[in-house]
Amino acid sequence: MLYINCPHCGMRSQNEFSYGGDATVKRPVLNKEVSDQEWDDFVYNRKSLRGKHLELWQHISGCRQWIKVERDTATHEIFRTFKADEEVA
Amino acid sequence: MTQAFRIDNEGLINREKKLSFKFNGKTYFGYEGDTLASALLANGVHLVGRSFKYHRPRGFFGAGVDEPYAIVQLYRNGETEPNIKATEQELFEGLEAKSVNCWPSVNFDIGAINNFLKIFLPAGFYYKTFMWPKSFWYRIYEPFIRKAAGLGVASTKHDNERYEHKYEYCDLLIAGSGPSGLASAYAAAKNGAKVILAEDKARFGGSLLTSDVNIGNQSGKDWAEGIIAELKTMPNVVVKNRSQIFGYYDHNMLVMSEKVSDHLPATKKYHPNKRLWYIRAKEVLISSGSIERPIVFGNNDTPGVMLSSAAKEYLKVYGVLVGKKPLVFTNNDSGYETAIEFKKHGIDPIVLDTRKNPVSEIIDEAKNLGINIRNSYVVVAAKGYKKVKSADIANISEDKKVLSKIENIQCDCICVSGFWTPTIHLASQSGNKTKFKEEIDAFVPGQSKQNEITLGAANGVFSLDETLKTSFKAGSELSKKITENDNEIAIPNVVEKKSSKHDKFWCVPLPKGKNYKRFLDFQNDVAVSDVEIALREGYRSIEHVKRYTTLGMATDQGKTSNLNGLQLVSEIENKVVPAVGHTTFRPPYTPVSIGAIVGREVGKHSKPTRKSPMHEWHKKNNAVFVDAGVWLRPRYYKKGNENLFEASKREAKNVRTNVGVCDVTTLGKIDVKGPDAAELLNRVYTNAWLKLPVGKARYGVMLREDGIVMDDGTTTRISENHYHMTTTTAQAANVLSHLEYYLQLVWPELNVNVVSTTEQWAGAAIAGPKSRDLLQKLFPNSDVSNEGLPFMGYMEGDLFGVKARIFRISFSGELAYEVNVESDYGNFMWEKIIEVGEEFNIQPYGTEALSTLRIEMGHVAGSELDGRTIPYDNALEGLVSKKKDFIGKRSLQRSAFIAEDRQRIVGVVPLDKQTSIPEGSHLVKDDKAPLPNPKLGHISASCWSVEYDNPFSLAILKDGKNMIGQKLFAMSPLKNKVIPVEIVSSHYVDPKGERVRS
Ligand SMILES: [Zn+2]
Repeated sequence: MLYINCPHCGMRSQNEFSYGGDATVKRPVLNKEVSDQEWDDFVYNRKSLRGKHLELWQHISGCRQWIKVERDTATHEIFRTFKADEEVA
Repeated sequence: MTQAFRIDNEGLINREKKLSFKFNGKTYFGYEGDTLASALLANGVHLVGRSFKYHRPRGFFGAGVDEPYAIVQLYRNGETEPNIKATEQELFEGLEAKSVNCWPSVNFDIGAINNFLKIFLPAGFYYKTFMWPKSFWYRIYEPFIRKAAGLGVASTKHDNERYEHKYEYCDLLIAGSGPSGLASAYAAAKNGAKVILAEDKARFGGSLLTSDVNIGNQSGKDWAEGIIAELKTMPNVVVKNRSQIFGYYDHNMLVMSEKVSDHLPATKKYHPNKRLWYIRAKEVLISSGSIERPIVFGNNDTPGVMLSSAAKEYLKVYGVLVGKKPLVFTNNDSGYETAIEFKKHGIDPIVLDTRKNPVSEIIDEAKNLGINIRNSYVVVAAKGYKKVKSADIANISEDKKVLSKIENIQCDCICVSGFWTPTIHLASQSGNKTKFKEEIDAFVPGQSKQNEITLGAANGVFSLDETLKTSFKAGSELSKKITENDNEIAIPNVVEKKSSKHDKFWCVPLPKGKNYKRFLDFQNDVAVSDVEIALREGYRSIEHVKRYTTLGMATDQGKTSNLNGLQLVSEIENKVVPAVGHTTFRPPYTPVSIGAIVGREVGKHSKPTRKSPMHEWHKKNNAVFVDAGVWLRPRYYKKGNENLFEASKREAKNVRTNVGVCDVTTLGKIDVKGPDAAELLNRVYTNAWLKLPVGKARYGVMLREDGIVMDDGTTTRISENHYHMTTTTAQAANVLSHLEYYLQLVWPELNVNVVSTTEQWAGAAIAGPKSRDLLQKLFPNSDVSNEGLPFMGYMEGDLFGVKARIFRISFSGELAYEVNVESDYGNFMWEKIIEVGEEFNIQPYGTEALSTLRIEMGHVAGSELDGRTIPYDNALEGLVSKKKDFIGKRSLQRSAFIAEDRQRIVGVVPLDKQTSIPEGSHLVKDDKAPLPNPKLGHISASCWSVEYDNPFSLAILKDGKNMIGQKLFAMSPLKNKVIPVEIVSSHYVDPKGERVRS
């Protein structure tokens, strides 16, 4: 079970969180003309990365905040966590 | 009572307390502190079972977790449990155990014929033979294998034992209470660190219980006792025996199974049988020690052949002689320690040492005691079927290839020592890439992966002095980092005998003309010849060899077999062992009861049960409940001898003719507040929300980004910046997360807050032509006329002094309202509605009638919004705005979603107006068409229409728009039904919405 540092609550076990997918995907802005390819990339197409991955988790049984977690998909090492509005450098 | 093999003045058992037990129906005696294994051996019982494949007689090989085959079926307090190691099961009064793997009995076993048919059952036998002919598998092969194989029988009864889960956090978790575990625990505890020390056996001390050493001028055993006693008094230390850390998971989470009650005749009241600990540790110290390695020779599985360390443990801990004419077969000094213990108790062992001329303090001691030692000697084969009677021994040449001077000598046990294998399972599970240590012919942990460090014998360090020094240091330094205390500890001086180098010899060659079975893996009956076959047939990867031969599989996980298997592969393949590599160690290290893993989450405890505030009323009024997610909802209210069908028909009919009331508390409710609330709704719902006035409700549909309908419900504008959203019962949690996702990540600029209010409100739906009359009586001061409270209107009212919210919404095809009050007043509201409604012939209705009413009016619910349908499929395209953008809108342009013959909801009526159509039935054009019959759609929901008094169903049908009036067949192979049907509109009742607006 992963041990995730919620930037709002501190270290908590994985079972308090739910997974939310790739955090680097940006939703096209509303009312913008979007090509099929662009929309498919947003809705469906994901890289199955081995290694460092920025992903979303929601602290569902805690503060209910969505957070970003930088995690290695192969080793499960978690490097850093960020608040939803924090820029990831 | 005499125990022929029990000696006086030795062992840690309590001779004051005699215990009786039964094995295979026969009664024996042992003492408190015995294991089942030691008690049987004290009684001279060596035959405990039959082997897995060849059904050869099997005895005891180890004395603890290392035991590969002394597995029994245990009977305790009216329950039975398979897969119990006799070497780990502590004796209690009245214990009963039986052999497994044998039929009809352990002494006469039919399966043993496998052993004498030489061609039978080599590696891959099951794969090759039982595949053909196919029809034989179910009738002959499988029943035979099932009867003949297996490690016991799982009970089919309900398990009455209780199991607990516990979550714990600590600074240092220490696995193993041998010298290294004790030293590091003590040092860390003195620095004030929070320490958990876990020992899988009943007694603490590990190797110190049996080794002849001195620490700080005490015996090793006394020193261990002193340390444990002190640790137990320290508030920052948890010391646990009978507790096996079996898994090392991510981020230093380890799981430990504590046997709380297995050593007692019955579990004490309020105690669990086992407790599963989830431990998150800052630092993990693996002090799991090492397991002695067998030497491979002919018939090395005969009862009476065992590890020399096990023989020593039976003697030193239990006062039991495993034989009176022992033969010790060793390639290192450990065998001598066992021989010396025998000699001290008046038994004359013979030592066969594969080395030519070894010299050490231990060997000198053995010589001084007059022990018969034969150098460059090996055991060629054990003789005797159910018990060792003698052994063929031989001189072996310097290159270890040629046997000479073969002779037979009498012995009643053979104690084998092939040196030591560090127990690296936990380190390996943590992700540590292990490395091969040439000096000890074994793998040891390499670079730490998580916060783990391996110490002592588990790390390949076999000197006590070095183990204590490194362990005190590790405990002290790791705890210092955490607590910033640095309390110095004097490291005690150690007296131990120096040993000489071991011999890398591991397998005795076969003498000419002999074909003895030489076993590598005792639990799975894998012999040298099996691995040879696997390699000959082209299996190269050690992982493949493992699967093909079953070497190192099952519950044993190769504890004693692993390295010898690798040695063999490396020899045949002409590779060095590290190039062959070992198979992956996976948790659990030892078998864990399913009950312990499940814990308390059984039956009703497997999930929480949510009840509405009106639950007690429903119960009192004969409600029959149904699980709706985690909620309990009334399915129907039983009157007299009614069944579900009759009751739900009555309830639905009463809604259509009079008025009914239904508990709708379970609907998800979300408060949406803030200046941008309308904007948020406008983006998440497909329809327009910016112009909804205060005091009005609107029905909305929300999509996922892929265009699939996620949920539907009504949202009401309570005040300027305050909306009350409802969701379906099932989707309530998902919808809240969905809103939070967009508010926090996508549109953080929106000034809106959302919070679940599901539990804050109790809800009652009042539906039927007389519902307005009833409502007027409930709220005499409010104008609930069609003008005062029109369809989709909202008002607040005073329900006999209780503030209520009144919504005019309908999902039944009738004039209907929903009344909400704060949860604590829910029951009050309900009773008032029933009381006042009496004159209107009110009846409560359950989910079955609710479902009937919504199906009849064609209102979609979970069975249509099944994660595969878009708004058009549900005839909801009228709610999809063409003007504004919203979540999922772009996906609705996908070609499949706009196809002319797109699936769409329809109504279905059987032609005979009698036969109910099973939900899930497929709709097909031709009921006689060859399979696979092309499916045009499926029945999503069925009911008995109370309006028309015939069955009515909803279906999602291909090109549904153009199918109205068509005749099709509904086929349910599951129910074996073919029903001719007609396709009609999905709006069977009130198609124009006249009633709901009346
Ligand atoms: Zn949090």
